[in-house]
Amino acid sequence: MARVLLFGRLSDIAGWHERPFEAASLSSLKRLIADQAPDLATALDAPGVQTAVDQIVVRGEAVLSEGAEVAFLPPMSGG
Amino acid sequence: MITLTDVPFDPGAALNAFSDGRLASGAVVSFLGLARGEANQPTALELEAYGGFTEREIGRFAGEAMTRFGLDDVAIVHRFGVIAPGEPIVLVMTAAAHRREAFEACDYLMDYLKSRAPLWKKEHGPAGARWVEPTSRDLADIARWD
Repeated sequence: MARVLLFGRLSDIAGWHERPFEAASLSSLKRLIADQAPDLATALDAPGVQTAVDQIVVRGEAVLSEGAEVAFLPPMSGG
Repeated sequence: MITLTDVPFDPGAALNAFSDGRLASGAVVSFLGLARGEANQPTALELEAYGGFTEREIGRFAGEAMTRFGLDDVAIVHRFGVIAPGEPIVLVMTAAAHRREAFEACDYLMDYLKSRAPLWKKEHGPAGARWVEPTSRDLADIARWD
């Protein structure tokens, strides 16, 4: 089970900020999201959206261990 | 030291604590950013942070500024959550042997915070709420240092 966190406009699009997903890799998580929330999946593919696994920014595929925290970060807007 | 807080902070107390007991630093520069209110419009600013990640990223950048400008110390206090017009949003404090480095590092850190820090900004106004991206001015400001 992975804990998924959404920030900025992404949580407005999805209608939630945090939700558990049963996924063992980033690619399987994204497939689940594409099935359950196509609008969110489209927003995650937008330019500048970064992914962090356990608070480290990752590119491409990543393995999600039990209890992993996955954060989707839209372009940072600063304070 | 990087502090994120969702309640109003006392910039004077923070500056006193930062300056207190310094012997080697001849210069402390501080910048205080306030939430700006538009005339006759009920507005509020909301900043979203990613607890842990945001502090660490800002801290990493502050560490780079320490090296780049040869600072003795740096501290940043940043609000998140809902911020009312007139309330302090951000306080940047730099300490150096001489003033030039302290001024420049403070300017540099503010340009970073306004454009690249992991914070997401929402403006609540009469027409509803909207997410705000860095302005072209913010991006031009940070590009000065590349």
